[in-house]
Amino acid sequence: MRIPPRYTQTAAKLVMGLATLATLAILVFIILFVLEKGLPVVGFKFLLSAPRDMGKAGGIFPVVVGTILLTLVAILIATPLGVGTAIYLTEYTRESRATRIIRFGADCLAGIPSIIFGLFGFIFFVTILQMGWSILSGGLTLAFMILPTIIRTSEEAIKSVPNSYREVSFSLGATRWETVQKVVLPSALPGIVTGVMLGVGRSIGETAAVIFTAGSSLRMPSSLFDSVRTMSVHFYILAREGISTENAYGTAAILVITILLINLTAYGLMNRFVAKNN
Amino acid sequence: MNNAIKIATRDLKAFYGPEQLLMSLNMDIQANQILGIIGPSGSGKTTFLRSLNRLNDLVHGFRIEGSILLDGQDIYHPDFDVVALRKRVGMLFALPVPLPKSIYENVVYGPRLSGIGDWKKLDRLVEASLKSAFIWDEVKDRLGSPAMRLSGGQQQRLCLARILAQEPEVILLDEPCSGLDPISTAKIEEALTILKQKYTIILVTNNTKQAARVADQTAFFLMGSLIEYGPTSDLFTVPQDKRTNDYITGRFG
Repeated sequence: MRIPPRYTQTAAKLVMGLATLATLAILVFIILFVLEKGLPVVGFKFLLSAPRDMGKAGGIFPVVVGTILLTLVAILIATPLGVGTAIYLTEYTRESRATRIIRFGADCLAGIPSIIFGLFGFIFFVTILQMGWSILSGGLTLAFMILPTIIRTSEEAIKSVPNSYREVSFSLGATRWETVQKVVLPSALPGIVTGVMLGVGRSIGETAAVIFTAGSSLRMPSSLFDSVRTMSVHFYILAREGISTENAYGTAAILVITILLINLTAYGLMNRFVAKNN
Repeated sequence: MNNAIKIATRDLKAFYGPEQLLMSLNMDIQANQILGIIGPSGSGKTTFLRSLNRLNDLVHGFRIEGSILLDGQDIYHPDFDVVALRKRVGMLFALPVPLPKSIYENVVYGPRLSGIGDWKKLDRLVEASLKSAFIWDEVKDRLGSPAMRLSGGQQQRLCLARILAQEPEVILLDEPCSGLDPISTAKIEEALTILKQKYTIILVTNNTKQAARVADQTAFFLMGSLIEYGPTSDLFTVPQDKRTNDYITGRFG
């Protein structure tokens, strides 16, 4: 027996709608839950003062600074490498066995659990290269962890730039590099920024890889060779060691707000950029 | 008008993989004239045009034999500078392709690449180019707005202005009016008849009437071969080849 199309139509719409609703509801619930538990301790004092008594009292200022520095190092290393690789794969090589192997490698790298990256970073950067637990070791490890994401999203963004733009640019006497700089990259920028933002999000949220490579010092860092503790690690230690549930949720609230703010800013900038050119 | 030969092809053959697209073309193209190229789709018109600015170099598997001489120099010679060639030989595509930049930035794209950075000079170039392409009056008050917001006909004239701004010697047009309304088409055609005083123009068109209207010389291509080539008035009134006659009278193609 065949069900009349208008019933299947309605049913499909209903099921998809419910799926969307469930997703949104869970997201909103998590955010509200964390904020509800955390916001009471959050304030300028919490944000800008040093922790006392292992984080039981005081604020999280060195932790905030550590998170920012570590993420900055990771992004500053991963973005040029990742975007460069994506440009090379899409603009300077033809589809071949070699490019497929590189792409496959990047996909495999993206699927490796972060703790493996942490272990690698610990053995290679911390021990062999004797960088110690430091912002540099942690930043490099995170950079390698987010590199595949940046490569693949940038590659897709560059591929989606219409080929006619390249032809026009070449026909006006541009070289390959001039075309990449002036036409391809500006058009692919929204997609590339999305990839970088995903990388920022992963770096800020990462715990396992960071404990192994950047350590968990609560002191204010004075150079790239100092150990730091990121917000995620701080939250993990406060909660796991039962040091302070309130301050753990306070840290979590700031983490959530930070990621929201970063995404909103990137989204806003992108919209302005796209509106200006189209 | 002077009858100097601007472009000459000698035994020109083009291949895409094992397939031969152009069959030994020998053509002399005169300066300061409009050459119209007509023929059914798949006859090699566009392949020929894209060989003249070596845009086909970008296509993997494309290969050329024989030679194309621009002012007597072989443009496929290994020492010939492709970038310089494309500055001398501009191309207008079938569909208008404004770059996602402002109107102004589109026009100065070529000049900037050539290293012109002086604002006053760029401003003058923009005004002169847009005027020659008959679009100045429509855009002069919004040079900073995105080129994508223009209508199709305006976009194509902007693309023509963009080519003029790079001060080329030859302009290639690949069915430039196929997507345009009659008024925009008329404006482009009017621009071309004036522009030929300064440039050598090669116009590929699917519209035989367009060739009859604007071209000085007309060439008829069929399956990669040049069937007939001569003054437009002769080709359309007393075609020498039966296939030319069949095509222009609409019996095939």
